[in-house]
Amino acid sequence: MSRPLVVVDPVAEPCEWGSACLLSSRAACSLALVQLALVSRAVGLVESVGRKGRFLGEVARAVPDVGTWAPRAIVQMRRLGADSVPVALYIAAFTGIVLALLASYTMTGAVPVYFVGTFVGKASMLELAPVLTGLALAGRIGANIAAELGTMRVTEQVDALETLAYNPVSFLVVPRVLAGLIMFPIVIALSAATSIVFAWFTALQLLDLSTPDFVKGIRLFYQTKDVWYGLVKAVSFGGAITLIGCFVGLSTRGGAEGVGRAATNAVVYSAVIILVLDAFWAVTLL
Amino acid sequence: MIEFGGVVKRFGPKTVLDGFTLDVRDGETMVIIGFSGTGKSVALKHIVGLLEPDEGDVRVDGVVVHEADRHQLIEIRSRVGYVFQFAALFDSMTVGENVALGLRRQRLPHDEIQLRVAEALELVDLGGTENQWPAELSGGMRKRVGLARAVALRPRYILYDEPTTGLDPVTSAVIDALMVRAREHLGVTGIVVTHDMRSAYTVGDRIAMLFKGRVRQVGTVDEIRATDDPVVRQFIEGRPDDTNALAELM
Repeated sequence: MSRPLVVVDPVAEPCEWGSACLLSSRAACSLALVQLALVSRAVGLVESVGRKGRFLGEVARAVPDVGTWAPRAIVQMRRLGADSVPVALYIAAFTGIVLALLASYTMTGAVPVYFVGTFVGKASMLELAPVLTGLALAGRIGANIAAELGTMRVTEQVDALETLAYNPVSFLVVPRVLAGLIMFPIVIALSAATSIVFAWFTALQLLDLSTPDFVKGIRLFYQTKDVWYGLVKAVSFGGAITLIGCFVGLSTRGGAEGVGRAATNAVVYSAVIILVLDAFWAVTLL
Repeated sequence: MIEFGGVVKRFGPKTVLDGFTLDVRDGETMVIIGFSGTGKSVALKHIVGLLEPDEGDVRVDGVVVHEADRHQLIEIRSRVGYVFQFAALFDSMTVGENVALGLRRQRLPHDEIQLRVAEALELVDLGGTENQWPAELSGGMRKRVGLARAVALRPRYILYDEPTTGLDPVTSAVIDALMVRAREHLGVTGIVVTHDMRSAYTVGDRIAMLFKGRVRQVGTVDEIRATDDPVVRQFIEGRPDDTNALAELM
Protein backbone atom coordinates (compact mmCIF):
# COMPACT_ATOMS: atom_id res chain seq x y z
CA MET A 1 0.00 0.00 0.00
CA SER A 2 1.41 3.41 -0.94
CA ARG A 3 1.91 5.93 1.84
CA PRO A 4 -0.53 8.84 1.87
CA LEU A 5 0.70 12.40 1.54
CA VAL A 6 -2.23 14.08 3.26
CA VAL A 7 -4.02 13.33 6.49
CA VAL A 8 -7.76 13.94 6.53
CA ASP A 9 -8.07 15.48 10.00
CA PRO A 10 -4.96 17.34 11.07
CA VAL A 11 -6.22 17.89 14.62
CA ALA A 12 -6.94 14.27 15.41
CA GLU A 13 -4.22 12.45 17.28
CA PRO A 14 -3.02 10.08 16.01
CA CYS A 15 -4.13 10.55 12.41
CA GLU A 16 -6.04 7.73 10.75
CA TRP A 17 -2.96 6.49 8.91
CA GLY A 18 -0.97 6.18 12.14
CA SER A 19 2.60 5.12 11.53
CA ALA A 20 1.90 4.73 7.80
CA CYS A 21 1.71 8.52 7.38
CA LEU A 22 4.63 10.24 5.66
CA LEU A 23 4.17 13.34 7.81
CA SER A 24 5.69 13.03 11.23
CA SER A 25 3.70 15.54 13.25
CA ARG A 26 0.28 17.18 13.51
CA ALA A 27 1.89 20.50 12.62
CA ALA A 28 3.23 19.01 9.41
CA CYS A 29 -0.23 17.64 8.65
CA SER A 30 -1.79 21.07 9.16
CA LEU A 31 0.82 22.71 6.98
CA ALA A 32 0.26 20.14 4.23
CA LEU A 33 -3.48 20.75 4.30
CA VAL A 34 -3.01 24.52 4.15
CA GLN A 35 -0.63 24.13 1.21
CA LEU A 36 -3.09 21.84 -0.55
CA ALA A 37 -5.92 24.33 -0.01
CA LEU A 38 -3.78 27.19 -1.34
CA VAL A 39 -2.78 25.22 -4.43
CA SER A 40 -6.42 24.29 -5.01
CA ARG A 41 -7.50 27.94 -4.70
CA ALA A 42 -4.71 29.04 -7.03
CA VAL A 43 -5.70 26.46 -9.64
CA GLY A 44 -9.34 27.57 -9.33
CA LEU A 45 -8.32 31.20 -9.77
CA VAL A 46 -6.26 30.44 -12.88
CA GLU A 47 -9.15 28.43 -14.34
CA SER A 48 -11.57 31.27 -13.61
CA VAL A 49 -9.30 33.85 -15.26
CA GLY A 50 -8.84 31.50 -18.21
CA ARG A 51 -12.61 31.14 -18.70
CA LYS A 52 -13.10 34.92 -18.67
CA GLY A 53 -10.18 35.42 -21.08
CA ARG A 54 -11.59 32.81 -23.42
CA PHE A 55 -15.00 34.51 -23.27
CA LEU A 56 -13.47 37.87 -24.20
CA GLY A 57 -11.69 36.18 -27.11
CA GLU A 58 -14.99 34.70 -28.30
CA VAL A 59 -16.62 38.14 -28.15
CA ALA A 60 -13.79 39.64 -30.22
CA ARG A 61 -14.03 36.84 -32.79
CA ALA A 62 -17.82 37.30 -33.04
CA VAL A 63 -17.61 41.00 -33.98
CA PRO A 64 -17.13 40.36 -37.75
CA ASP A 65 -20.42 38.37 -37.79
CA VAL A 66 -22.28 41.63 -38.49
CA GLY A 67 -25.27 39.96 -40.17
CA THR A 68 -26.15 38.21 -36.92
CA TRP A 69 -25.64 40.97 -34.35
CA ALA A 70 -26.58 44.14 -36.27
CA PRO A 71 -30.39 43.59 -36.38
CA ARG A 72 -30.42 42.83 -32.66
CA ALA A 73 -28.17 45.72 -31.59
CA ILE A 74 -30.88 48.31 -32.28
CA VAL A 75 -33.36 46.44 -30.09
CA GLN A 76 -30.80 46.20 -27.29
CA MET A 77 -29.97 49.92 -27.55
CA ARG A 78 -33.60 50.68 -26.85
CA ARG A 79 -33.90 48.14 -24.03
CA LEU A 80 -30.60 48.90 -22.29
CA GLY A 81 -30.31 52.59 -23.14
CA ALA A 82 -33.56 54.38 -23.89
CA ASP A 83 -35.56 52.38 -21.33
CA SER A 84 -32.98 53.26 -18.64
CA VAL A 85 -33.30 57.02 -19.11
CA PRO A 86 -36.19 57.58 -16.64
CA VAL A 87 -34.35 55.81 -13.78
CA ALA A 88 -31.12 57.65 -14.56
CA LEU A 89 -32.80 61.06 -14.71
CA TYR A 90 -34.71 60.45 -11.49
CA ILE A 91 -31.45 59.74 -9.65
CA ALA A 92 -29.69 62.67 -11.31
CA ALA A 93 -32.43 65.15 -10.38
CA PHE A 94 -32.23 64.44 -6.67
CA THR A 95 -28.44 64.27 -6.78
CA GLY A 96 -28.42 67.78 -8.29
CA ILE A 97 -30.69 69.16 -5.57
CA VAL A 98 -28.58 67.68 -2.78
CA LEU A 99 -25.32 68.77 -4.42
CA ALA A 100 -26.42 72.41 -4.54
CA LEU A 101 -27.51 72.40 -0.92
CA LEU A 102 -24.36 70.59 0.22
CA ALA A 103 -22.14 73.05 -1.64
CA SER A 104 -23.93 76.01 -0.13
CA TYR A 105 -23.74 74.51 3.37
CA THR A 106 -20.02 73.78 3.03
CA MET A 107 -18.96 77.10 1.54
CA THR A 108 -21.09 79.55 3.46
CA GLY A 109 -18.93 82.37 4.87
CA ALA A 110 -15.67 80.98 3.52
CA VAL A 111 -15.92 80.85 -0.26
CA PRO A 112 -17.90 83.06 -2.68
CA VAL A 113 -21.33 81.51 -3.19
CA TYR A 114 -20.96 81.22 -6.98
CA PHE A 115 -18.56 78.34 -6.26
CA VAL A 116 -21.75 76.30 -5.80
CA GLY A 117 -21.87 76.15 -9.62
CA THR A 118 -18.25 75.04 -9.77
CA PHE A 119 -18.79 72.31 -7.20
CA VAL A 120 -21.98 71.07 -8.83
CA GLY A 121 -20.51 71.05 -12.34
CA LYS A 122 -17.31 69.26 -11.41
CA ALA A 123 -18.95 66.72 -9.09
CA SER A 124 -21.73 65.88 -11.56
CA MET A 125 -19.59 65.53 -14.68
CA LEU A 126 -16.54 63.90 -13.14
CA GLU A 127 -17.97 61.58 -10.53
CA LEU A 128 -21.56 61.48 -9.41
CA ALA A 129 -23.40 61.19 -12.72
CA PRO A 130 -21.18 58.38 -14.04
CA VAL A 131 -20.88 56.41 -10.80
CA LEU A 132 -24.40 56.75 -9.39
CA THR A 133 -25.97 56.11 -12.79
CA GLY A 134 -23.54 53.25 -13.38
CA LEU A 135 -24.45 51.61 -10.07
CA ALA A 136 -28.17 52.03 -10.72
CA LEU A 137 -27.87 50.57 -14.21
CA ALA A 138 -25.71 47.74 -12.87
CA GLY A 139 -28.77 46.69 -10.92
CA ARG A 140 -31.24 47.23 -13.71
CA ILE A 141 -29.26 46.03 -16.74
CA GLY A 142 -26.82 43.59 -15.15
CA ALA A 143 -29.59 41.62 -13.45
CA ASN A 144 -31.80 41.79 -16.55
CA ILE A 145 -29.12 40.41 -18.87
CA ALA A 146 -27.96 37.70 -16.46
CA ALA A 147 -31.52 36.51 -15.74
CA GLU A 148 -32.55 36.51 -19.41
CA LEU A 149 -29.45 34.70 -20.68
CA GLY A 150 -29.44 32.41 -17.64
CA THR A 151 -33.01 31.35 -18.36
CA MET A 152 -32.11 30.79 -22.01
CA ARG A 153 -29.17 28.64 -20.90
CA VAL A 154 -31.11 26.40 -18.51
CA THR A 155 -34.05 25.98 -20.93
CA GLU A 156 -31.67 24.92 -23.74
CA GLN A 157 -32.47 27.97 -25.89
CA VAL A 158 -28.74 28.70 -26.17
CA ASP A 159 -28.15 25.11 -27.35
CA ALA A 160 -31.03 25.54 -29.81
CA LEU A 161 -29.31 28.62 -31.26
CA GLU A 162 -26.16 26.58 -31.83
CA THR A 163 -28.05 23.76 -33.54
CA LEU A 164 -29.57 26.37 -35.87
CA ALA A 165 -25.97 27.24 -36.86
CA TYR A 166 -25.87 30.58 -34.99
CA ASN A 167 -22.97 31.62 -32.81
CA PRO A 168 -24.64 32.45 -29.45
CA VAL A 169 -21.97 35.06 -28.72
CA SER A 170 -22.77 36.89 -31.98
CA PHE A 171 -26.50 36.55 -31.39
CA LEU A 172 -26.73 37.34 -27.68
CA VAL A 173 -23.55 38.96 -26.37
CA VAL A 174 -22.24 41.32 -29.05
CA PRO A 175 -25.53 43.28 -29.46
CA ARG A 176 -25.77 43.82 -25.70
CA VAL A 177 -22.14 44.86 -25.27
CA LEU A 178 -22.32 47.25 -28.22
CA ALA A 179 -25.56 48.71 -26.86
CA GLY A 180 -23.85 49.23 -23.49
CA LEU A 181 -20.79 50.87 -25.06
CA ILE A 182 -22.89 53.24 -27.18
CA MET A 183 -25.83 54.02 -24.89
CA PHE A 184 -24.12 54.40 -21.50
CA PRO A 185 -22.30 57.64 -22.46
CA ILE A 186 -25.57 59.06 -23.77
CA VAL A 187 -27.53 58.15 -20.65
CA ILE A 188 -24.77 59.40 -18.34
CA ALA A 189 -24.41 62.67 -20.28
CA LEU A 190 -28.15 63.20 -19.85
CA SER A 191 -27.77 62.42 -16.15
CA ALA A 192 -25.01 64.98 -15.71
CA ALA A 193 -27.03 67.64 -17.54
CA THR A 194 -30.13 66.86 -15.47
CA SER A 195 -28.15 67.01 -12.24
CA ILE A 196 -26.78 70.45 -13.14
CA VAL A 197 -30.19 71.76 -14.23
CA PHE A 198 -31.83 70.67 -10.98
CA ALA A 199 -28.92 72.11 -8.96
CA TRP A 200 -29.35 75.41 -10.79
CA PHE A 201 -33.10 75.37 -10.11
CA THR A 202 -32.42 74.65 -6.42
CA ALA A 203 -29.87 77.45 -6.26
CA LEU A 204 -32.38 79.89 -7.69
CA GLN A 205 -35.23 78.84 -5.42
CA LEU A 206 -33.55 77.96 -2.13
CA LEU A 207 -30.15 79.71 -2.14
CA ASP A 208 -29.30 83.36 -2.57
CA LEU A 209 -27.77 82.76 -5.99
CA SER A 210 -28.58 84.23 -9.41
CA THR A 211 -28.37 82.48 -12.76
CA PRO A 212 -25.33 84.55 -13.91
CA ASP A 213 -23.47 83.64 -10.69
CA PHE A 214 -24.32 79.96 -11.04
CA VAL A 215 -23.15 79.91 -14.68
CA LYS A 216 -20.05 81.88 -13.73
CA GLY A 217 -19.23 79.20 -11.15
CA ILE A 218 -19.68 76.40 -13.66
CA ARG A 219 -17.45 78.10 -16.24
CA LEU A 220 -14.79 79.14 -13.76
CA PHE A 221 -12.70 75.97 -13.77
CA TYR A 222 -14.41 74.16 -16.65
CA GLN A 223 -12.19 72.09 -18.96
CA THR A 224 -13.20 69.90 -21.89
CA LYS A 225 -11.51 67.08 -19.99
CA ASP A 226 -14.38 67.24 -17.50
CA VAL A 227 -16.68 65.99 -20.25
CA TRP A 228 -14.54 63.37 -21.92
CA TYR A 229 -13.30 62.02 -18.60
CA GLY A 230 -16.90 61.32 -17.59
CA LEU A 231 -17.67 59.80 -20.98
CA VAL A 232 -14.61 57.52 -20.87
CA LYS A 233 -15.83 56.23 -17.52
CA ALA A 234 -19.33 55.78 -18.95
CA VAL A 235 -18.05 53.70 -21.88
CA SER A 236 -16.01 51.49 -19.57
CA PHE A 237 -18.96 51.02 -17.19
CA GLY A 238 -21.27 50.13 -20.08
CA GLY A 239 -18.84 47.56 -21.42
CA ALA A 240 -18.14 46.06 -18.00
CA ILE A 241 -21.79 45.76 -16.91
CA THR A 242 -22.93 44.13 -20.15
CA LEU A 243 -19.94 41.78 -20.40
CA ILE A 244 -20.38 40.66 -16.79
CA GLY A 245 -24.13 40.17 -17.24
CA CYS A 246 -23.59 38.09 -20.39
CA PHE A 247 -20.75 36.01 -18.92
CA VAL A 248 -22.60 35.26 -15.70
CA GLY A 249 -25.85 34.57 -17.58
CA LEU A 250 -24.30 32.15 -20.07
CA SER A 251 -22.46 30.37 -17.23
CA THR A 252 -25.73 29.68 -15.38
CA ARG A 253 -26.35 26.16 -14.14
CA GLY A 254 -29.09 24.62 -12.06
CA GLY A 255 -32.58 25.87 -12.96
CA ALA A 256 -34.48 28.67 -11.22
CA GLU A 257 -32.10 28.81 -8.27
CA GLY A 258 -29.17 29.15 -10.65
CA VAL A 259 -30.88 31.98 -12.53
CA GLY A 260 -31.52 33.85 -9.26
CA ARG A 261 -27.90 33.38 -8.23
CA ALA A 262 -26.71 34.59 -11.63
CA ALA A 263 -28.77 37.79 -11.38
CA THR A 264 -27.43 38.53 -7.90
CA ASN A 265 -23.84 37.80 -8.89
CA ALA A 266 -24.10 40.01 -11.97
CA VAL A 267 -25.20 42.99 -9.86
CA VAL A 268 -22.56 42.44 -7.18
CA TYR A 269 -19.69 41.90 -9.64
CA SER A 270 -20.78 44.90 -11.73
CA ALA A 271 -20.92 47.19 -8.69
CA VAL A 272 -17.47 46.07 -7.57
CA ILE A 273 -15.99 46.53 -11.05
CA ILE A 274 -17.54 50.00 -11.39
CA LEU A 275 -15.84 51.16 -8.20
CA VAL A 276 -12.53 49.61 -9.27
CA LEU A 277 -12.75 51.24 -12.71
CA ASP A 278 -13.68 54.55 -11.09
CA ALA A 279 -10.49 54.45 -9.03
CA PHE A 280 -8.46 53.25 -12.03
CA TRP A 281 -9.54 56.16 -14.24
CA ALA A 282 -8.94 58.64 -11.41
CA VAL A 283 -5.39 57.38 -10.97
CA THR A 284 -4.57 57.20 -14.68
CA LEU A 285 -6.38 60.23 -16.14
CA LEU A 286 -6.65 62.93 -13.45
CA MET B 1 -24.48 8.10 -41.74
CA ILE B 2 -23.84 8.87 -38.09
CA GLU B 3 -21.22 6.82 -36.26
CA PHE B 4 -20.33 6.79 -32.57
CA GLY B 5 -16.86 5.29 -32.16
CA GLY B 6 -15.97 4.32 -28.60
CA VAL B 7 -17.20 7.60 -27.13
CA VAL B 8 -16.19 8.27 -23.54
CA LYS B 9 -17.65 11.29 -21.76
CA ARG B 10 -17.01 12.23 -18.15
CA PHE B 11 -18.54 14.96 -16.02
CA GLY B 12 -16.18 15.37 -13.09
CA PRO B 13 -15.71 11.97 -11.46
CA LYS B 14 -18.76 10.47 -13.18
CA THR B 15 -18.30 8.59 -16.45
CA VAL B 16 -21.56 8.93 -18.38
CA LEU B 17 -20.54 7.36 -21.69
CA ASP B 18 -17.96 4.61 -21.46
CA GLY B 19 -17.05 3.35 -24.91
CA PHE B 20 -20.39 4.06 -26.60
CA THR B 21 -20.34 2.64 -30.13
CA LEU B 22 -23.30 2.75 -32.53
CA ASP B 23 -23.89 3.20 -36.26
CA VAL B 24 -27.05 4.87 -37.54
CA ARG B 25 -27.69 3.98 -41.18
CA ASP B 26 -29.07 6.39 -43.73
CA GLY B 27 -32.86 6.39 -43.94
CA GLU B 28 -33.53 4.51 -40.73
CA THR B 29 -34.96 5.70 -37.43
CA MET B 30 -32.78 4.55 -34.55
CA VAL B 31 -34.33 4.67 -31.10
CA ILE B 32 -31.99 4.89 -28.12
CA ILE B 33 -33.60 3.68 -24.91
CA GLY B 34 -32.23 3.47 -21.40
CA PHE B 35 -32.78 4.36 -17.77
CA SER B 36 -32.89 8.01 -16.75
CA GLY B 37 -29.43 9.53 -16.37
CA THR B 38 -27.63 6.94 -18.48
CA GLY B 39 -26.40 9.47 -21.04
CA LYS B 40 -28.90 9.23 -23.90
CA SER B 41 -29.24 13.01 -24.33
CA VAL B 42 -25.51 13.41 -23.79
CA ALA B 43 -24.89 11.06 -26.73
CA LEU B 44 -27.27 13.11 -28.89
CA LYS B 45 -25.52 16.39 -28.08
CA HIS B 46 -22.21 15.00 -29.38
CA ILE B 47 -23.68 14.76 -32.88
CA VAL B 48 -24.09 18.53 -33.26
CA GLY B 49 -20.99 19.45 -31.29
CA LEU B 50 -22.77 20.75 -28.20
CA LEU B 51 -20.49 18.40 -26.25
CA GLU B 52 -17.08 17.00 -27.11
CA PRO B 53 -16.03 13.45 -26.25
CA ASP B 54 -13.15 12.88 -23.83
CA GLU B 55 -12.19 9.81 -25.89
CA GLY B 56 -13.44 8.32 -29.15
CA ASP B 57 -15.26 10.27 -31.83
CA VAL B 58 -18.61 10.93 -33.48
CA ARG B 59 -18.71 11.10 -37.29
CA VAL B 60 -21.46 12.69 -39.36
CA ASP B 61 -21.11 11.75 -43.04
CA GLY B 62 -17.50 10.83 -42.32
CA VAL B 63 -16.55 14.14 -40.66
CA VAL B 64 -15.30 13.89 -37.07
CA VAL B 65 -17.52 16.43 -35.31
CA HIS B 66 -15.17 17.52 -32.53
CA GLU B 67 -12.33 18.08 -35.03
CA ALA B 68 -14.50 20.15 -37.40
CA ASP B 69 -13.63 23.83 -37.81
CA ARG B 70 -16.33 26.50 -37.45
CA HIS B 71 -17.31 26.31 -41.12
CA GLN B 72 -17.56 22.51 -41.11
CA LEU B 73 -19.57 22.61 -37.89
CA ILE B 74 -22.07 25.02 -39.46
CA GLU B 75 -22.29 22.64 -42.44
CA ILE B 76 -23.00 19.69 -40.14
CA ARG B 77 -25.58 21.64 -38.13
CA SER B 78 -27.36 22.76 -41.28
CA ARG B 79 -27.88 19.06 -42.10
CA VAL B 80 -29.20 18.17 -38.66
CA GLY B 81 -32.51 19.21 -37.09
CA TYR B 82 -32.71 18.98 -33.32
CA VAL B 83 -35.99 18.64 -31.41
CA PHE B 84 -35.35 19.48 -27.76
CA GLN B 85 -36.98 17.79 -24.79
CA PHE B 86 -38.86 20.94 -23.73
CA ALA B 87 -38.93 22.41 -27.27
CA ALA B 88 -36.48 25.23 -26.38
CA LEU B 89 -38.57 27.81 -28.23
CA PHE B 90 -37.41 31.43 -28.02
CA ASP B 91 -39.86 33.20 -25.71
CA SER B 92 -39.25 36.60 -27.27
CA MET B 93 -40.22 35.41 -30.77
CA THR B 94 -43.54 34.36 -32.25
CA VAL B 95 -44.11 30.83 -33.49
CA GLY B 96 -43.43 31.94 -37.07
CA GLU B 97 -40.20 33.71 -36.09
CA ASN B 98 -39.06 30.62 -34.18
CA VAL B 99 -39.57 28.39 -37.20
CA ALA B 100 -38.02 30.95 -39.55
CA LEU B 101 -34.87 31.55 -37.47
CA GLY B 102 -32.81 28.72 -38.94
CA LEU B 103 -33.95 29.60 -42.46
CA ARG B 104 -32.84 33.23 -42.01
CA ARG B 105 -29.40 31.91 -41.11
CA GLN B 106 -29.33 30.18 -44.50
CA ARG B 107 -30.07 33.59 -46.08
CA LEU B 108 -33.06 32.33 -48.06
CA PRO B 109 -35.35 34.87 -49.79
CA HIS B 110 -38.17 36.24 -47.65
CA ASP B 111 -40.93 34.61 -49.73
CA GLU B 112 -39.25 31.22 -49.58
CA ILE B 113 -38.91 31.54 -45.79
CA GLN B 114 -42.61 32.35 -45.43
CA LEU B 115 -43.51 29.38 -47.63
CA ARG B 116 -41.33 26.96 -45.73
CA VAL B 117 -42.60 28.17 -42.36
CA ALA B 118 -46.20 27.67 -43.48
CA GLU B 119 -45.39 24.19 -44.88
CA ALA B 120 -43.59 23.10 -41.72
CA LEU B 121 -46.42 24.28 -39.47
CA GLU B 122 -48.96 22.53 -41.73
CA LEU B 123 -46.93 19.32 -41.45
CA VAL B 124 -47.38 19.37 -37.66
CA ASP B 125 -51.05 20.43 -37.93
CA LEU B 126 -50.39 23.93 -36.59
CA GLY B 127 -51.10 25.93 -39.74
CA GLY B 128 -52.05 29.55 -39.08
CA THR B 129 -50.32 29.82 -35.70
CA GLU B 130 -47.43 31.94 -37.00
CA ASN B 131 -48.37 34.99 -34.94
CA GLN B 132 -48.94 33.20 -31.64
CA TRP B 133 -46.41 33.36 -28.80
CA PRO B 134 -44.82 30.24 -27.28
CA ALA B 135 -46.30 31.16 -23.88
CA GLU B 136 -49.78 30.79 -25.37
CA LEU B 137 -49.19 27.17 -26.43
CA SER B 138 -49.68 23.88 -24.57
CA GLY B 139 -46.75 21.52 -23.97
CA GLY B 140 -47.75 19.31 -26.89
CA MET B 141 -48.11 22.27 -29.24
CA ARG B 142 -44.71 23.61 -28.19
CA LYS B 143 -43.14 20.26 -29.05
CA ARG B 144 -44.85 20.32 -32.43
CA VAL B 145 -43.48 23.81 -33.10
CA GLY B 146 -40.06 22.48 -32.11
CA LEU B 147 -40.53 19.70 -34.67
CA ALA B 148 -41.67 22.24 -37.29
CA ARG B 149 -38.54 24.33 -36.61
CA ALA B 150 -36.42 21.24 -37.28
CA VAL B 151 -38.20 20.05 -40.44
CA ALA B 152 -38.36 23.57 -41.95
CA LEU B 153 -34.60 23.30 -42.50
CA ARG B 154 -35.21 20.20 -44.65
CA PRO B 155 -32.45 18.40 -42.80
CA ARG B 156 -30.88 15.09 -43.62
CA TYR B 157 -31.03 13.99 -39.99
CA ILE B 158 -33.46 14.79 -37.18
CA LEU B 159 -32.55 14.20 -33.53
CA TYR B 160 -35.45 13.87 -31.10
CA ASP B 161 -34.64 14.29 -27.40
CA GLU B 162 -37.44 12.61 -25.43
CA PRO B 163 -40.18 13.93 -27.72
CA THR B 164 -43.10 12.43 -25.78
CA THR B 165 -41.92 12.96 -22.20
CA GLY B 166 -44.51 14.74 -20.08
CA LEU B 167 -47.32 14.41 -22.61
CA ASP B 168 -50.63 12.59 -22.22
CA PRO B 169 -51.01 9.30 -24.17
CA VAL B 170 -53.09 10.82 -26.96
CA THR B 171 -50.71 13.75 -27.52
CA SER B 172 -47.79 11.31 -27.38
CA ALA B 173 -49.44 9.27 -30.14
CA VAL B 174 -49.88 12.46 -32.17
CA ILE B 175 -46.16 13.27 -31.80
CA ASP B 176 -45.28 9.68 -32.81
CA ALA B 177 -47.46 10.02 -35.91
CA LEU B 178 -45.79 13.33 -36.79
CA MET B 179 -42.34 11.75 -36.49
CA VAL B 180 -43.40 8.96 -38.85
CA ARG B 181 -44.92 11.57 -41.19
CA ALA B 182 -41.72 13.61 -41.17
CA ARG B 183 -39.71 10.52 -42.12
CA GLU B 184 -42.10 9.56 -44.91
CA HIS B 185 -42.41 13.09 -46.34
CA LEU B 186 -38.78 14.12 -46.03
CA GLY B 187 -36.96 10.78 -46.04
CA VAL B 188 -34.82 11.83 -43.11
CA THR B 189 -32.66 9.67 -40.90
CA GLY B 190 -33.84 9.93 -37.31
CA ILE B 191 -32.41 9.30 -33.87
CA VAL B 192 -34.98 9.23 -31.10
CA VAL B 193 -33.97 9.24 -27.44
CA THR B 194 -36.82 8.02 -25.26
CA HIS B 195 -37.89 5.72 -22.45
CA ASP B 196 -41.43 5.54 -23.80
CA MET B 197 -41.52 1.97 -25.23
CA ARG B 198 -44.81 2.48 -27.06
CA SER B 199 -43.24 5.39 -28.90
CA ALA B 200 -40.06 3.38 -29.53
CA TYR B 201 -42.01 0.50 -31.13
CA THR B 202 -44.08 2.92 -33.23
CA VAL B 203 -41.35 5.08 -34.74
CA GLY B 204 -38.24 2.88 -34.59
CA ASP B 205 -36.65 0.72 -37.25
CA ARG B 206 -33.96 -0.37 -34.81
CA ILE B 207 -33.63 0.06 -31.06
CA ALA B 208 -30.41 0.35 -29.05
CA MET B 209 -30.36 0.10 -25.28
CA LEU B 210 -27.79 2.28 -23.51
CA PHE B 211 -26.66 0.83 -20.22
CA LYS B 212 -23.65 1.68 -18.05
CA GLY B 213 -22.34 4.05 -20.71
CA ARG B 214 -22.37 1.62 -23.63
CA VAL B 215 -24.79 -0.23 -25.89
CA ARG B 216 -26.22 -3.22 -24.09
CA GLN B 217 -28.14 -4.52 -27.09
CA VAL B 218 -29.09 -3.23 -30.53
CA GLY B 219 -31.58 -4.80 -32.90
CA THR B 220 -34.78 -4.47 -34.84
CA VAL B 221 -38.01 -3.84 -32.98
CA ASP B 222 -38.88 -7.54 -33.19
CA GLU B 223 -35.45 -8.59 -31.93
CA ILE B 224 -35.72 -6.28 -28.96
CA ARG B 225 -39.26 -7.46 -28.19
CA ALA B 226 -37.99 -11.08 -28.18
CA THR B 227 -34.78 -10.44 -26.25
CA ASP B 228 -33.81 -12.67 -23.34
CA ASP B 229 -31.34 -10.15 -21.89
CA PRO B 230 -32.62 -9.60 -18.31
CA VAL B 231 -31.74 -5.89 -18.21
CA VAL B 232 -33.38 -5.12 -21.55
CA ARG B 233 -36.41 -7.27 -20.68
CA GLN B 234 -36.92 -5.51 -17.37
CA PHE B 235 -36.68 -2.11 -19.08
CA ILE B 236 -39.05 -2.82 -21.96
CA GLU B 237 -41.57 -4.48 -19.67
CA GLY B 238 -41.23 -1.75 -17.04
CA ARG B 239 -40.99 -4.30 -14.22
CA PRO B 240 -40.07 -2.87 -10.81
CA ASP B 241 -38.86 -6.27 -9.48
CA ASP B 242 -35.21 -7.27 -9.08
CA THR B 243 -34.30 -3.67 -8.35
CA ASN B 244 -31.48 -4.77 -6.07
CA ALA B 245 -29.99 -7.00 -8.73
CA LEU B 246 -30.35 -4.21 -11.27
CA ALA B 247 -28.74 -1.68 -8.96
CA GLU B 248 -25.74 -3.98 -8.72
CA LEU B 249 -25.56 -4.18 -12.49
CA MET B 250 -25.74 -0.38 -12.79
